[in-house]
Amino acid sequence: MTPAVRVQDLDVTLDGTHVLRGVDLAASKGEWVNIIGPNGAGKTTLLRALLGLVAFDGEIVIDGLSDRRRSARARKVAYVPQTPVIPPGMLVADYVLLGRTPHRGVFAAETANDRRIAAEVLVRLDLGGFGERTVQSLSGGERQRAVMGRALAQQADVLLLDEPTTALDLGHQQDVLELVDALRRERGLTVIATLHDLTLAARYGDRIAILARGRVAETGPPAEVLTVQNIAEHFGANVRIVDDPEGPVIVPTAAASAQNGDQP
Amino acid sequence: MSDPQHSGGPGTVLQASGLRPRSLMAGLAAAAVAVVAGLTIGPVDIAAHRVALQLLDGLPGLTIDSGLSDAHAAIVEQIRLPRVVLGLLVGATLSVSGATYQGAFRNPLADPYLLGIAAGAGLGATIAITSNLGDGAGVFDAVPLAAFAGALISVTVSYVAGHLGGRSTASLILAGIAVASFLTACQTYVLQANSDAFRQIFAWILGRIATSGWSEPALMLPYFVVTVVVVLRYRRALDVLAVGDEEAAALGLEPRRIRLIVVLAASLGAAAAVSVSGLIGFVGIIVPHTVRLAFGSSNRLVLPLSILFGGAFMVLADLAARTALSPAELPIGVVTAFLGAPFFVLVLRTSRREIW
Repeated sequence: MTPAVRVQDLDVTLDGTHVLRGVDLAASKGEWVNIIGPNGAGKTTLLRALLGLVAFDGEIVIDGLSDRRRSARARKVAYVPQTPVIPPGMLVADYVLLGRTPHRGVFAAETANDRRIAAEVLVRLDLGGFGERTVQSLSGGERQRAVMGRALAQQADVLLLDEPTTALDLGHQQDVLELVDALRRERGLTVIATLHDLTLAARYGDRIAILARGRVAETGPPAEVLTVQNIAEHFGANVRIVDDPEGPVIVPTAAASAQNGDQP
Repeated sequence: MSDPQHSGGPGTVLQASGLRPRSLMAGLAAAAVAVVAGLTIGPVDIAAHRVALQLLDGLPGLTIDSGLSDAHAAIVEQIRLPRVVLGLLVGATLSVSGATYQGAFRNPLADPYLLGIAAGAGLGATIAITSNLGDGAGVFDAVPLAAFAGALISVTVSYVAGHLGGRSTASLILAGIAVASFLTACQTYVLQANSDAFRQIFAWILGRIATSGWSEPALMLPYFVVTVVVVLRYRRALDVLAVGDEEAAALGLEPRRIRLIVVLAASLGAAAAVSVSGLIGFVGIIVPHTVRLAFGSSNRLVLPLSILFGGAFMVLADLAARTALSPAELPIGVVTAFLGAPFFVLVLRTSRREIW
């Protein structure tokens, strides 16, 4: 089976700094891959390269398409940024309709089909009655769903999530990730997400890739990648792994400070 | 999954924000009221219906007796009408330019005046006038072209300097103020060095909607058309730019290219407006923000309505300027500053809240 996303030998240099070096990554259709790694490892840059927002060397093929033109890319890949810009005064309906931009072109108006898709997305995300409200007036969780709605309206097969849970409390974190999982199953979406919370990454991902110092250090199923040794090596953290039926649970241990000196 | 037809939302089919007939009618009505007021009110009051008949009489193939004396007919056709038309064009252009800058820079306080664009255009025009490069007539006269060059230089410098100081609302405006001060100082220097042109240019600095027949409206018209056509074409793209460059690019657009095009178009119009009517401040802020408050924030309605309400606003401001101290005339820049400065403070307050 051809993978939905294939990244090969990806190099990105930003302002003279070699941020990504020889990154290889693949995700098959319908798969959920979580990218974890310490701060500054290049996680967001990897997502931005997938979106075609930064210049890169190497190859990125999405759904058989290696076209670097933005509009073509935007029909294949939708993006939920870590801190979305919420435009003042913009209505939720207009905001979700922005997701139709790559389909309608710069100058054209939305078609009835665009509006039908956006309406359907709003209902699916329990925002049915919110179309005439401004995005700003929504609560944190509702806002996150509106951003998700814009991405869904894009009808792209690949969904990129950059720390989708950062600003949310535990309940809303679960809501968002459950929603992504449900949508993935309904629509066969391929999900690539960066996550800080390793336990959540283990629970919601089919596979995990550890990105460290601009390279993919480890990749595989959560139970294989999230080992005490890997976490110590790449995060400089001392943890205990508790096996749970739903996946490994990562528990930080108090001895961290004593052993930290050994970590690179 | 529930049926979208029964989503419970207001209306069952999702509608995008746009120009509704009701708001379009409001804009047209405002412009019509302003035109009627501008044509009928003045040192000589002329009845509206006679003005209407006189204008119909002017149409090719129509001969109507309006009942106006020749002198009154001349006041309507040769003095007031060109002035009203110029007011419409200048007001519409400055307003739509302001709305465009606000959208392109995602900055509620951006306008031709505060970004230093007007000052740049002013310096360009002053240099052209003092060096006798043009006589202010004709579309390709040196004065508007020099003003355009000055406008482009100043908007570029403001934008780059504002970026160096961070990307906040404040840094762009501070940079604009610095650029405007510098250019105004340059202009003063040029003026002092050419004191014979002082009176002419000083009157122009304060702003005026004065016409000598149809030459000013004729000069302004093509610039107005180009600006409006380009900017309106990009109204939907400007709505996408509202989510920032990164997200707009992820939605498939080229934000920098779009910004470059609309800023060029807005600057072209603003420069032409400055070259025919001097430095008229705050219009580019007052009108778009009032439209946003009244009708909504989408550029699909803010841009076209700014044209209509901007034209109306300028004609009425000009009416106030020429009647408040009649028979003396106030510079129109004084009128707009009277209204605009308090409004500016209001925008500063509300910009932290919802409308922008």
